[in-house]
Amino acid sequence: MKELKVDAIKCGTVIDHIPPGKVFKVIDLLGINEDDQVMIGTNLGSPKFGRKDVIKIENRFLSDEEINSISLVARRASISIIEDFKPCKKSKIEIPDTLRGILVCPNRHCVTNNELIPTLFTVEQKEPLLVRCDYCERIFGDELHKCNSL
Amino acid sequence: MDIISMRSISKDEITSLIDLAEKIEFRSIDINISDRLVALLFFEPSTRTAFSFDTAIKRLGGKTLLMQEAKSSSVQKGESFADTIKTVSQYVDAIVIRSAVEGAARYTSEIVDIPVINAGDGANQHPTQALLDLYTIKKRQGTVENRKVAIVGDLRYGRAVYSLVYGLAKFNVELYLISPEHLQIRPYVRDELDAMGITYHQGDDISSVLEEVDIMYVTRIQRERFAGQYEYEKVKDSYQITRDMIEACNLKENFTLMHPLPRVNEITTDVDSLPCAHYFQQAKNGVYMRQAVMATLLGAV
Repeated sequence: MKELKVDAIKCGTVIDHIPPGKVFKVIDLLGINEDDQVMIGTNLGSPKFGRKDVIKIENRFLSDEEINSISLVARRASISIIEDFKPCKKSKIEIPDTLRGILVCPNRHCVTNNELIPTLFTVEQKEPLLVRCDYCERIFGDELHKCNSL
Repeated sequence: MDIISMRSISKDEITSLIDLAEKIEFRSIDINISDRLVALLFFEPSTRTAFSFDTAIKRLGGKTLLMQEAKSSSVQKGESFADTIKTVSQYVDAIVIRSAVEGAARYTSEIVDIPVINAGDGANQHPTQALLDLYTIKKRQGTVENRKVAIVGDLRYGRAVYSLVYGLAKFNVELYLISPEHLQIRPYVRDELDAMGITYHQGDDISSVLEEVDIMYVTRIQRERFAGQYEYEKVKDSYQITRDMIEACNLKENFTLMHPLPRVNEITTDVDSLPCAHYFQQAKNGVYMRQAVMATLLGAV
C-alpha cells in the first residue's frame, strides 16, 4: 500500500510541486483562514524536481485570482481540486495581468507604504517578471522579490 | 477627467490643451469660472507652482482655497490624509495636490468625485510642468514633433524630467540625456524609450551636444544627491551654462534654453538677456497652460 507522508483529504485543494521551502510563503499569499484545516509537507522527495513542498487545504476551493497570486513563488506548482478523495479538476498557474493587494511596493515613498491601501501592480513582462506599481509608477524586477521575500 | 501622469495623457489630449493654452494667451476665447472654487493642497512646500495655479484660476475668474504644508491642517491633529481629502472635496469643485508621497495624487483621484490635478508627487510626476514645457516648445519651435531635445542635470530624481520624457516621447523626438553617471535616468525608462522606438543618446558632456539640439532643458543638481561636498563641487561646474559657452557655439537658429526653475547656478545670470534664454517665458506659459487645464477639467470649454 502506498505510504502517504501527508494525509489525503476528502474534499478541498492540493497544491503540489511547490519549490522546497516556499510553502510558508504560499500560505502567506493565500491568506489561510483560522478555520481552514491545512496539511503541510516540506522538503518531500519528488521524482520530477528532487524536493518539493505540498499543501492540502480541506474544504476550500481557490479562485483563479488566488491561484494566480502564488505564481510569483511557485510557478510550476500544480493545483488539484479533490472531491471524495479523488482529484476531479486540475488548474494551471498563470501570472495574472494585475496583482492586487498581495505584494508590498519596494518604494518606501510610495503612497501604498504610507496609507492603508492595497497595492496594485500591472505586470509589464512575465519572463523575467517586471511589474509597474500603479501608484508610484516605478517598474520593479528583482527588488520586488527581495522586498517581499519571494 | 484628472491630470495625474504624463504616461496616462494621450497625445490628442496634450495637443488640445496646447491649442487651448494658445487661445487663452492670445485672447481668442473667453472662459469664465467665476462660480468655481478650487482647493490647492500643498502638503509639500512650493512657491511658484502654487502661485502659478492660483494665478491661473484667478485669471479665469475662479476662487481658490490654499493650504500650504500639512502643518496648517488637521493632518497635524492626527486626521488621516484620506479624511482630509474627502472632507475638502465636499467644499470645492476641483483639487490640485502636491505631496512628497509618490502616488498621492492617483490615490486622491480614487477617493474623491471631483477632478484632481497632480502638482507634483515626490520623484514621480509633475504633469502640468511637462504640459507647459511642451507648450513652450510648440510656441518657440512651431512644433514638438521630431525636435532634438537635450535634458541636462539630475535625471534620476527630478519629477519634471520623468514627466517631460514621457510627454516628449509621444512626439517622436530625439533625446540627449546628459547627467553625471549616478544621476542618470532610471534604466527602465530607457527600456521604455526603446520599446516606443525613441532615439536617445546618453552622455555627461554638455558642450558636445549644444550645437546638435533644438532645445536644451536644464535642471538643478541638488547638493544632497552627492555623497560629499567634494563630489558635488567636482560635478557642479561642468553642468553650468555660461554666456561664453553659448556665444562660442554655432547654435541652431531657434535654439531654446529652458529650465523649470528655481535656478541656483546651472545657468549664469548673464545668459538671461540672450534671445535663446526662455525660462522666464516658460514660467509665464505655465499660467496659460494651467488655465487650459483648469478650464478643461471644470468643463468650462
